[in-house]
Amino acid sequence: MRREVPLIITAVVGIVFVIQYFIPHYPFNKLNGWFSDWFSIIGACAIWLGALNLLKISADKVYRKRSGWGYSVVIIVSFFVMAVIGWLGGESFRDFGTSFDWMYRFVYTPLSSTMFALLAFFVASASYRAFRARNLEATLLLLAAFFVMIGRVPVGDAIGMKLQLPDAIMPSSIAIWIMNVINAAGQRAILIGIALGIVSTSLRVILGIERAHLGGD
Amino acid sequence: MKKEFLVYLGILVLAIIFYFVITEPVTFSPAVSLIIIALIALILIFIFIRTIQGSFVGRRTVFTFVAISVVLPFFMTIEQAIRTSPEVQALYAAVEELKPGAKVLVSFDYDPPSAPELQPMAETFFNLCLERDLNVIIMGLWPQGPQQAELAMQKILDEPEIAAKNLEYGVDYVNLGFQVGNEFVIQRMGDNIASMFQTDYYGTPYDSLPLVRNVRNLSNIDFSFNLSAGYPGTVEWVQVAVDRYGVNLGAGNTAVQAPQMYPYLRAGQLKGLLGGLNGAAEFEKIAGRIGKGTKFMVSQSFSHVIVIAFIIIGNAAYFLGEKRRKQKAAE
Repeated sequence: MRREVPLIITAVVGIVFVIQYFIPHYPFNKLNGWFSDWFSIIGACAIWLGALNLLKISADKVYRKRSGWGYSVVIIVSFFVMAVIGWLGGESFRDFGTSFDWMYRFVYTPLSSTMFALLAFFVASASYRAFRARNLEATLLLLAAFFVMIGRVPVGDAIGMKLQLPDAIMPSSIAIWIMNVINAAGQRAILIGIALGIVSTSLRVILGIERAHLGGD
Repeated sequence: MKKEFLVYLGILVLAIIFYFVITEPVTFSPAVSLIIIALIALILIFIFIRTIQGSFVGRRTVFTFVAISVVLPFFMTIEQAIRTSPEVQALYAAVEELKPGAKVLVSFDYDPPSAPELQPMAETFFNLCLERDLNVIIMGLWPQGPQQAELAMQKILDEPEIAAKNLEYGVDYVNLGFQVGNEFVIQRMGDNIASMFQTDYYGTPYDSLPLVRNVRNLSNIDFSFNLSAGYPGTVEWVQVAVDRYGVNLGAGNTAVQAPQMYPYLRAGQLKGLLGGLNGAAEFEKIAGRIGKGTKFMVSQSFSHVIVIAFIIIGNAAYFLGEKRRKQKAAE
């Protein structure tokens, strides 16, 4: 029963979602509404579960003094500081000027933006090491990257204007062409491939052939 | 671990010193800016020559240059000519076509890490909508999205020309808040928006808000704009709201995500697209409002040039290395 019940739920929900797309009438529209609401409820519970799981893992790491346990202390302290400040703020805790708003704007936002900004360093370092004209394919990739990078910033056109280039071969025009033609074609191929993969995997899950989502061995 | 904490402490001390010592905004004059640019260029040429001589630079040098190229332009007074791309022009035209009183749904599907790219887009879009007397309905599929929307809206409401309009919450604009459920939220909104947002961001019941009282589902929305940094985001809005419910959709995406949207743009499923900080700057230019997008573009220009310079240096190092290897093999 531990495996059969989830398999039946998966099959019923999956089939209903497929049918309601083509027949959006009673009873499928009603079922679609129910299942979507259930999804939202499960999703809301999963947020709590995720937060509690993060706390459990971090607390365990600190207790066992595993490598990098200091960072787990930071996670636990930050979690409780934000939660307590939020609770103390009452119903209007997110309003402008509240302590929670201050923490969000001047602590959380700069810290998380900084983490994302590290991407610039990784991209620069990776470009320096990986963009090598080793063969024809790599050279084409290198050229495309060059034109997109220079064409997506105003300095590219500024150089183009200094060199008195015609409008059609301005760096920004080349970048737009690469994005609209070469990139769009490649993305379409990827999208079609992904879509076919999703369809086949979904069918396997709905029909109970693929059971990895149930966990266990 | 101790070494890392010492570095963090050093940065904190430096930040505190700078905070108390430098109280006025620092701006370099054009002459100083040119000298700094010339110095950076000379150092890059020096690195290039050293590379040709066989001394290759490490990743720390690359990191240092990227940091310099991102930070220093913030203090420079350089103006750049920004050209607007067709996808930005198309988005602007789509908003311009809307009549006063039209209902615009803006979904904030991002969180603070992506704010430097997407927040300028949000601010300019709000400014454009409110200036044209369009009604703005805000929502978010990401938990922090509606809070980012509040920050952007507050900033725009404080601008003199918008403040003069005396806009009222619930009548001219409304924030429905966050709803968990990813694309299922969009799907439910196609039939019944109130079922997903029973109260707004502040806990006011949906039916008590004059702006949305008669907005039953997505067919009552005139235009939708999605600001996205990943999943759920523009792809889900296209697949559900556009394909199934025929919503007119425009999007603003991070630079990393934007290339994935071009097939939708080319197929007409997206009315327009703002890609990354460049898209934000272009949108500011076409909307006639200089914001952070335009200001940050100097930094972006510098960092792109630096990365290109290091790619050239990296290739020089690669070809020289190959040449030496072949010479050794021949010997």
